[in-house]
Amino acid sequence: MKTYNNKAWWLVLPVFALVAFSAIIPMMTVVNYSIQDIFDPNTRYFVGTEWYREILADPRLLDSLLRQFVYSLCVLVIEVPLGIIVALSMPRRGLGVPVSLILLSLPLLVPWNVVGTIWQIIGREDIGLYGWILNSIGLDYNYASNPRDAWATVLIMDVWHWTSLVALLCYSGLRSIPDVYYQAARIDRASHWAVFRFIQLPKLKNVLLIAVMLRFMDSFMIYTEPFVLTGGGPGTATTFLSQTLTQMALGQFDLGRAAAFSLIYFLIILLVTWVFYTAMTHNDDKG
Amino acid sequence: MGWMAWTLPTALFFVGIALLLVAMTVWQTVSPGHERKGFLPLTTSRGDRLFIGLLASAYGHLLLLALTDWPLWIATGVCVVGMVIIMKWG
Amino acid sequence: MRVRKSLVMLVYLLFVLVPIYWLVNMSFKSNREILGGLTLWPTTPTLDNYRVIFTEPTWYTSYLNSLSYVSMNMVISLMVALPAAYAFSRYRFLGDKHMFFWLLTNRMAPPAVFLLPFFQLYSAVGLFDTPIAVALAHCLFNVPLAVWILEGFMSSVPKEIDETAYIDGYTFPKFFVRIFLPMIRPGIGVTAFFCFMFSWVELLLARTLTSVDAKPIVSQMTRTVSASGIDWGVLAAAGVVALLPGIAVIYFVRNHVAKGFALGRV
Repeated sequence: MKTYNNKAWWLVLPVFALVAFSAIIPMMTVVNYSIQDIFDPNTRYFVGTEWYREILADPRLLDSLLRQFVYSLCVLVIEVPLGIIVALSMPRRGLGVPVSLILLSLPLLVPWNVVGTIWQIIGREDIGLYGWILNSIGLDYNYASNPRDAWATVLIMDVWHWTSLVALLCYSGLRSIPDVYYQAARIDRASHWAVFRFIQLPKLKNVLLIAVMLRFMDSFMIYTEPFVLTGGGPGTATTFLSQTLTQMALGQFDLGRAAAFSLIYFLIILLVTWVFYTAMTHNDDKG
Repeated sequence: MGWMAWTLPTALFFVGIALLLVAMTVWQTVSPGHERKGFLPLTTSRGDRLFIGLLASAYGHLLLLALTDWPLWIATGVCVVGMVIIMKWG
Repeated sequence: MRVRKSLVMLVYLLFVLVPIYWLVNMSFKSNREILGGLTLWPTTPTLDNYRVIFTEPTWYTSYLNSLSYVSMNMVISLMVALPAAYAFSRYRFLGDKHMFFWLLTNRMAPPAVFLLPFFQLYSAVGLFDTPIAVALAHCLFNVPLAVWILEGFMSSVPKEIDETAYIDGYTFPKFFVRIFLPMIRPGIGVTAFFCFMFSWVELLLARTLTSVDAKPIVSQMTRTVSASGIDWGVLAAAGVVALLPGIAVIYFVRNHVAKGFALGRV
């Protein structure tokens, strides 16, 4: 049970000040922009809720929102179990530990535009390994013209890029389980499944919450990688929310509309994340 | 401050939110509330109910803008009533 | 069981490494060879791409710029996040849960939303085109993440340890640095790595907040597109070079990550 002590606020104050500076001021600005037609800070007109009405009536918002949910769901369903399996398969001691840690983290360190470039090349049937293999075993694979292939490629790219994050988090969570737990399990002749279910999984709960939320939030605002890989196409098959925002607004430097879209976008993320977070932390109090 | 492009409605909005937060803090210090369960399907403290109410209000306003041509103050009125209900019985 | 585990690991590592190999492979090829056809290794290996990166000042200074704001961000994030995470993991206080969730909401805000206000905010305070501006902007998503990860690790340390230390006469700062921090080393290692990683690969904010003096490598990379098309070779070489500092960081924190929890062995 935690003690109630309001002096703990002093420990939180630096974080509060720092984040307030870089979050609250910009957020206020976005709200201000969203109800005006802005050309520059001195040339602006009050338009009220016009931008909101326009964006909410735009079918592109609903389309990309739906696509976004399906995509984020796929990402979670594939990456979280795979990440746990990889973390459980990590060597526990010896030279294998640093080697596999470094190799695992490689995809995370590639700048996001380069990630897109790598998969853009490797998926091409003339000069890329995967595209060439798929085509030579008789599959008609082309991510640039076939929406299904484009989807699969973006998804596999995401799995390649981010599963390591889940794995690394879970691995460090596993490392923080004291050895006595395993010794006790060995004395009790617990099965591997029992060890996982009753020792490892409960201890992983904290890091797993972080991993799931991070993957959800990041996949929900994915932009650079699919933009480089497919440019949102073919058609609008891989145009996700962030790209719709950029296309619709920033491309035309239409600040008011962009701000209104941003706020709607933010409200969607806020609601979904809140539901997620509440659902996952709710049994905390019961132990 | 010029670049923040302040307007009267947004200024009032943020002052309102800030006052609300201050009021909640004072209220909690003067007479501490406890987590409880109302008609919402989870145990909530006052702050939780305020957050739920505000988020619901935001969606309420968007819904009105998306589906109808009515003026916005109708949504505001409904949301204030909803807010009171959530705070009291939520 | 051991064999099956190693097999899973090997297959997964293969999946991870093939695209990386393709990147390295490309960095040693000329553009003509890259676009000419499928070759599994460079038939006429060339170092020209790397020569461009290490001799042209725009390339290597952008590399140093990135390193400077990323390390600043890492230090700032850890310094402010450690005490805050301790407060969240040990105490209840007025508005703690809401504060925590509010921090998280900053991690979820898409950077695209904040581009323009950030540009104007940092111009207004005179920090535009300096590494510190990018470091501060990246704090927006790294500080909440750091608090969050660290809180998770701190909560798994039993509270009795704090109480015993206080009874033994430790003051809070001394206890925190001498006893508590060593116990959550895996957490600190992981946090440092993630702060580094998310700051290093971020493109949108870093590109918006800099122009010439503090231009980061990620935005330099987007300029390999010229009239004759994309310079794939140089882009690949820059990507390979961009991997190196991350490998160094993970190498340094590997002990923290792998060391685990000393508690059970006492």
